Amino acid sequence: MAQYMFLLFDTEEFYDNVTPEGWQETMKLHTAFAEAVEAAGASILGGAALEKSSTASTVKQGSGEPLVTDGPFIETKEALGGFYLIDAKDLDQALALAKLCPSNNVEVRPVMDTSEGSAPPA
Amino acid sequence: MSAREIARVVDEAHRRHWPTVLASTVRLTRDLDLAEDCTQDAFVQALRTWPDGVPVNQAGWLTTVARRLALDRLRRETTLRRKLPLLIEDPVSPDDVEQPTDPLRLVFTCCHPALARDSQVALTLRLICGLTTREVAAGMLISEATAAARITRAKKKIAAASIPYRIPPDEELPSRLDVVLTVVQLVYTAGHVAAGPDLTRADLTGRALELAGLLVRLMPDEPEPQALLGLLQMTQARGDARLSEDGELVLLADQDRSRWDVRLLAEGLSRATAALERGHGRFALQAAVAGLHVTAQSWEQTDWHQVVRMYDAMLVSWPSPIVALNRAAAHSLVPGADLTAVLAELDALSNEPTLRSYGYLPAARADVLARLGRKEAAVAAYDEAIALTVNGAEQRFLRRRRAALAE
Repeated sequence: MAQYMFLLFDTEEFYDNVTPEGWQETMKLHTAFAEAVEAAGASILGGAALEKSSTASTVKQGSGEPLVTDGPFIETKEALGGFYLIDAKDLDQALALAKLCPSNNVEVRPVMDTSEGSAPPA
Repeated sequence: MSAREIARVVDEAHRRHWPTVLASTVRLTRDLDLAEDCTQDAFVQALRTWPDGVPVNQAGWLTTVARRLALDRLRRETTLRRKLPLLIEDPVSPDDVEQPTDPLRLVFTCCHPALARDSQVALTLRLICGLTTREVAAGMLISEATAAARITRAKKKIAAASIPYRIPPDEELPSRLDVVLTVVQLVYTAGHVAAGPDLTRADLTGRALELAGLLVRLMPDEPEPQALLGLLQMTQARGDARLSEDGELVLLADQDRSRWDVRLLAEGLSRATAALERGHGRFALQAAVAGLHVTAQSWEQTDWHQVVRMYDAMLVSWPSPIVALNRAAAHSLVPGADLTAVLAELDALSNEPTLRSYGYLPAARADVLARLGRKEAAVAAYDEAIALTVNGAEQRFLRRRRAALAE
């Protein structure tokens, strides 16, 4: 098994106009996703929805004093809105599950093995 | 046997057996780099020991040696070995030497859709065809450093992201196979219309034909590899006639059809026909177009209606601007075609980002404009096409057409 981070990128307009029914509907989609993951023999190790990117703060640490700025690190039309940590058999299974994930853009990143004796990053 | 003869025998074995030997070794090591090193070393050993007698089963000999070298190294390095992510594979025993499907696993791993197209091509040339990094670079017209970086990055992704070493399940096979066939076709095209002064790079076209043949052998029940091989054979069969005696490009329309390789044509045509009886995939339809061309008595007598129909069928499942361009070009040749409508069809394509640097679009426009009697616009379109063409022979061809117009 291998671990993958699913990063969900979507436009945030959804939050501005969402109705209670629409919100319920979205939650249902995520529940269905969780069931599909389990049914496939994979598992969700963690995950969360994130507040809008306008609530983000970014701390930049360079050579001088750390600098705190308002907003996300990268301003994009489609912002990081949530994530899942998935345990899957291989990339094929991870990608098949990502296709079921309720988001318009899912970035699938393998999680690095940092246990003792592991290789330095590829 | 002389040293030169042995070198030739080993060279031939390298071409024929490289993917089988490597793929079987990969299943043992589950590490591409290690398997590649050991496979390379097995061929070096062959050069040393085959002068005493060439084995009857060359592939078996090479596989045994490569796997033994791999086992030795795995044992020796076991304590020092970094914990590298291993390739994920279906549960097949690593001890079975002969697994006829091994090369196919390797092909699907190299052409995994999660790899960039350029990486798929580079990896296929390197791991399936056994080309050196320098040869891959020459084939893809990139620097050796770029080729090396591309191959290394792709291998790292395969390991780090756990891209599996296996043949995809039936439900995914059509789309996964399409990627593989596209890569093989790209290799052929890269050799067929090479940039630079020469029109073809025979090594790449030859490799592509071998790859297509390998896929036909590995997947005898699939019509699309058959269709691709047939398509490439028909294209290859016209090879000599594409160049005049002084090395100039001759378009299909003006080719001396008696110079075509009739035997290869017949083989390609029968493959294409067999494939078409079993399905109308992307490659079967392309092969059908090629078949319509090669069976026509002349360019004029080609069944252009039918060619247009094939492109229409292709556009249904493959809405690519390049297919649309080919359709428009074929449409312009239907007897009595409305050229103004064709021009509109071509103009509509000029906004397509994928065609922006594609010389065939202005070349097709130039031809239609010339036939409409709009000389100035045709000359401008030829200039545009010449500027976008990297192949020397094609450039000279376009200049001649442009010059003929000015007279």
